Amino acid sequence: MARSESVQWPLRASFPSSASAVPATTVPSRHSALVRVTHWIATLCFLALLVSGVEIIISHPRFYWGETGNDLTTPLFKLPIPSSRALVPTGYGYVLPDQNGWSRYLHFQAAWIVVLTGLLYVISSLVTGHLRKNLLPDKTDLSWRGFSIAIANHLRLKRRSEAEARSYNVLQRLTYLIVIFVLFPLVIWTGLAMSPAFVSAVPATVTVLGGQQSARTIHLFVSVSLVLFLFVHVVMVCIAGFKSRMRAMITGRTGTHMGRT
Amino acid sequence: MNDLSRRKLMMTGLAAAAGVSGLGVAARIGQKYGLVPPDHGGIYGLGETLTYASQRLVTRHSLAREFPRSQISKPPFANEIPPLNEAFKRLQAGEFTDWRLSVDGMVERPASFSLPQLKSYPSSSQITHLACEEGWSYIAEWIGVPLSQILDVVGIHPQARYIVYFSIDPDWWDSIDMADAMHPQTFLAYGLNDNELPVGNGGPLRMRLPRQLGYKNVKFITHLTVTDSLKGFGKGLGSASPEGGYAWYAGI
Repeated sequence: MARSESVQWPLRASFPSSASAVPATTVPSRHSALVRVTHWIATLCFLALLVSGVEIIISHPRFYWGETGNDLTTPLFKLPIPSSRALVPTGYGYVLPDQNGWSRYLHFQAAWIVVLTGLLYVISSLVTGHLRKNLLPDKTDLSWRGFSIAIANHLRLKRRSEAEARSYNVLQRLTYLIVIFVLFPLVIWTGLAMSPAFVSAVPATVTVLGGQQSARTIHLFVSVSLVLFLFVHVVMVCIAGFKSRMRAMITGRTGTHMGRT
Repeated sequence: MNDLSRRKLMMTGLAAAAGVSGLGVAARIGQKYGLVPPDHGGIYGLGETLTYASQRLVTRHSLAREFPRSQISKPPFANEIPPLNEAFKRLQAGEFTDWRLSVDGMVERPASFSLPQLKSYPSSSQITHLACEEGWSYIAEWIGVPLSQILDVVGIHPQARYIVYFSIDPDWWDSIDMADAMHPQTFLAYGLNDNELPVGNGGPLRMRLPRQLGYKNVKFITHLTVTDSLKGFGKGLGSASPEGGYAWYAGI
């Protein structure tokens, strides 16, 4: 008795009781629940890291190469912004209020949450096949022809077909792979390379980068790359249809199916 | 409610209960092994605790990188210092002959050391990197007596868990755990690059912890207290830093 019940419940769930109305639950999600949840946690963390990171830079908007750098040494470059510290020569006649305390607390807390969320995402993507099915490009797409079609479609701002809207094109796949497996690991690495305690245990973290100030400078460049990605990502979402893309990433359902039912 | 959602609800409930009790056990283990920082409360407590606990596990005995003499920054950078008070200026006028470091709390033999007394112990030196939380840094040779040597002289009680250290500036104090206090590179520094430690760099006596950011390296040290709890100091957050919004642990 118990056995027949346990066989029944998944069957009941997968066959709609009425053939005329297709319930929304049987439509495969555009994005799995795990992708959606980790996406929005990562979004919140990224914005927190961005705001707090800018605040931290304001206390010393000068960047150097090598191990050391301070007001007495020649910077690689300076950001043309005022500082929250009086000693930094900025050319501005005023000093901004110090916001580093909460910024640093928030920066490291958001870093921990986004790293743990990212690990969960990457491990589950390997297990569920999300990485293989949705992110690794097809061999046929990795040709000049595949690229030129994708680039031409982007340049013409062509709205994608329904089939395309349910998966990623080759440019999206490569971009997401670079963000997930190059930029995020780099920004974590260069962040750790600035930690005097962490590099005491693993000195190569900082020595292969050329020094602690080099790590700080690379951390800035990788962060700027991530901000550029965010900008392009949001622009593309708007072009593809802001409402339907947002609905897909929040509820998992796409606009096309909603329209049909 | 069908079987599926009931099952889901039960599993979620069980997972939540396991999670909460798991956190409770983790907190108790963390407290026992000294993995919870004094500023673990509040909205940023999670991040602070994860940072401190993981770095304590990875870095308990690791040594800060040391550099060749050729990499010493010339000239050494001296950051701005708070206005020096009357007590400091009086001692400075007397060339710091009356400067004292008093040590009390959970010790067998409370003591007060003059600078020549501190210098009579075998001196150590390290050429290490000092990084400020703001972003700048410099490399210098720091000369001093390891804190562990002074703690041996006064004889700390086995239940000691923190060393609280005070600047002559009454608003400037901080604390470290025993892993940092007994670390061979934790110095009471009185020299910089073969000279006396300049006032601008914290002279005549500065705490030097090369595995933490600059602000833990409190300048103008006059007093150490050995304790098993940070509750009685300031707001109980371990140092003046969290009271000003900055993290107690600065290994980052």
